[in-house]
Amino acid sequence: MNSHAILAIYKFEMSRTLRTIWQSIVSPVISTSLYFVVFGAAIGSRITEIEGVAYGAFIVPGLIMLMLLTQSTMNASFGIYFPRFTGTIYELLSAPVSSFEIACGYVGAAATKSIVLGLIILATSWLFVPLHIAHPFWMLTFLVLTAITFSLFGFIIGIWADGFEQLQIIPLLIITPLTFLGGTFYSTHVLPPFWQTVTLFNPVVYLISGFRWSFFEIADVSPMVSLGMTLVFLCLCLVTIWWIFKTGYRLKK
Amino acid sequence: MTSIISISGLSKTYASGFQALKTINLDIKRGEIFALLGPNGAGKTTLIGVICGIVNPTAGTVTVDGHEIASDYRAARSLIGLVPQELTTDAFETVWATVSFSRGLFGKPKNPAYIEKILKDLSLWDKKDNKIMTLSGGMKRRVLIAKALSHEPQVLFLDEPTAGVDVELRKDMWQVVRDLRASGVTIILTTHYIEEAEDMADRIGVISKGEIILVENKAELMRKLGKKQLTLHLQKPLDAVPTELATHNLALADDGNELVFTYDTMAERTGVTALLSDLARLNIRFRDLQTTQSSLEDIFIGLVHNGAGATS
Ligand SMILES: Nc1ncnc2c1ncn2[C@@H]1O[C@H](COP(=O)(O)OP(=O)(O)OP(=O)(O)O)[C@@H](O)[C@H]1O
Ligand SMILES: [Mg+2]
Repeated sequence: MNSHAILAIYKFEMSRTLRTIWQSIVSPVISTSLYFVVFGAAIGSRITEIEGVAYGAFIVPGLIMLMLLTQSTMNASFGIYFPRFTGTIYELLSAPVSSFEIACGYVGAAATKSIVLGLIILATSWLFVPLHIAHPFWMLTFLVLTAITFSLFGFIIGIWADGFEQLQIIPLLIITPLTFLGGTFYSTHVLPPFWQTVTLFNPVVYLISGFRWSFFEIADVSPMVSLGMTLVFLCLCLVTIWWIFKTGYRLKK
Repeated sequence: MTSIISISGLSKTYASGFQALKTINLDIKRGEIFALLGPNGAGKTTLIGVICGIVNPTAGTVTVDGHEIASDYRAARSLIGLVPQELTTDAFETVWATVSFSRGLFGKPKNPAYIEKILKDLSLWDKKDNKIMTLSGGMKRRVLIAKALSHEPQVLFLDEPTAGVDVELRKDMWQVVRDLRASGVTIILTTHYIEEAEDMADRIGVISKGEIILVENKAELMRKLGKKQLTLHLQKPLDAVPTELATHNLALADDGNELVFTYDTMAERTGVTALLSDLARLNIRFRDLQTTQSSLEDIFIGLVHNGAGATS
C-alpha cells in the first residue's frame, strides 16, 4: 500500500479546494438559503406539516442530500478531469500507485469537502428551523456513505468525460432532476400509487429517505433498504473504477 | 555490464490503427547514458510511454531491473523517473509543492533537504515559492526534471529535456545528468540536438518509422561511419575531375575551385599519399587544404535517409 501517494493526492486536492474556499462554500450556502426562503416560506405557509414534521424541517435532509450529491459528483469529476485535460495525468499513470490508491486520494478529498459542506448546510438550516436529529450516528453514516459513493460516481464521470460540457451534463441532467423527483421537497407517499412505484426506480429516493429517517424517523422505504441500496451503488462504482484502471479506459493511449 | 531495461518483441498500434512501434528489441545497460535518436514521429515518445506505463503496449514485454512493467508495476515504476516531452505542469501549485507531491506519489517519505538540493542543482531554488504558471518555459522544463528526480530514481527518461532551454542552463542541466550518471543512474534521453547526444551518450540508438535501425557504442559508431574529407583549394579551377584521377573518390565544389576527397579513416590505406602524388604528376596545384570529419549529425541524417541498409 502506497500510503504516501494517497496522502500526497489527498493533500494536493484539499489545497485545490482551499484555494477556492469561498466559492466552494459560499455558493452552496446561498442557494440552500434561497431554497429555504422560496420553498420553506412560500410552500410552508400552505403545507404546515408532513407526517407530523414541520415542512421547513422536513425539507432539510432533502436539501442537504441535493447539495451532497451535486457537490460530490462535481468535485470528484473535476478533480480527475483536470489532470487529464492539462496532461499532468502522465505522472499519475507512471507512478507506482494502484487504482484503489488513486481513487482513495481523489474520492477521499472530494468526499471530505462535501461532508464539510453538508454539515455547514445543516448548521445554516438551524438558523431557519428548529431541528431534532433522532439518530445522529445514522445521520452521519448516511452522510458519509453518500458523499463517498457520489464522489466515486463523479470520479468515473471525470474519467469518462471528453470535454467540460460532458462534465457538467451528468450533474445537471441526471442528478438534479432525480433529486428533485426523489422526495427532496415532499414525501413520495403523497403521490398516486402508480407514481410511487415509478419512484422506486429512482436511486436517490433511497438516499433521501434513509437520511430523513435518521432525523425524524419517518421514511418512504425502510432505512435498512436505504442502507443496502447505498452500499450496492457504492460497490458498483468501485467495480467500475477497478475496471477503468485495469483496462486503462480513457486514461492510457 | 548487465542490462537494467529489457524490451522484447514490443509493438504498439494506436486505436487509430497506426502502428507507431513495429517489433522493438532493445536492452539498456545499467549505468549508461543511452541516446535515442530519430526524426519526428519515429516513435521515441511512444516507446518511452510504454516503458513508463502511460501507453498500453499491443504486444511484447518490458522488464525494469527484472520487474515486468505490467504484472510488477509497483517495483518497476518506483525505479523510474520521467521527464515528458510536453510541458505539462500544474498552474497554481508552487514549485516546492509540486516537487514534494511527486516524491509522495512515488511512495517516498518527506525529505526537504533532498528536494532543496535538487532545486539548487537545477537553479530553481529562488523560485521555490512561485506558482508554476509564473515561470518561463525553460524554468517549467526544469521543474519537470526536478519532479522526475524527486523520488531518487534509478532510471531517468529525458524526452527532449533541452527543448527551449538556453545555452547556459543547458550546460548546467547536462552537468546534473553527468552527476546522476556518476552516482549510478541509468539515463535514456532523446534530443533533436545531435551534438548533445554526441557529447553525452555512451551508446546511441536510432529509431525510424517505429523500428530500431541501429544500436551502437558512440565511439564505435563515430569510427565506423565517420567519414573524413580533405578539401583542396585549387590555384586554378577545374571544369571536371580529370579522368586520370577517376579512381580516387573525388568531387568538385565551389565552381571547380575546390577538390573534395572523401575517405574512410578505418581503411588500411586512406589513399591520401597516392592522391597527392597523382596531383603532383598532373601538375594540379593548390593554395590550401583542410580536413573535416563528419559529425554524428551527418551520420544520423545519412542513416535515416538511407534506412537500415547503410549500417550493416
Ligand atoms: N495517441 C495517438 N494516437 C494515434 N497516433 C499517435 C498517438 N500518439 C502518437 N501517435 C503517432 O505515433 C507516431 C510516433 O509518435 P511519437 O510521439 O512516439 O514520435 P516521436 O519519435 O516522439 O516524435 P517527436 O520527435 O516529434 O517527439 C507518430 O506518427 C504519431 O502521429
Ligand atoms: Mg516525442
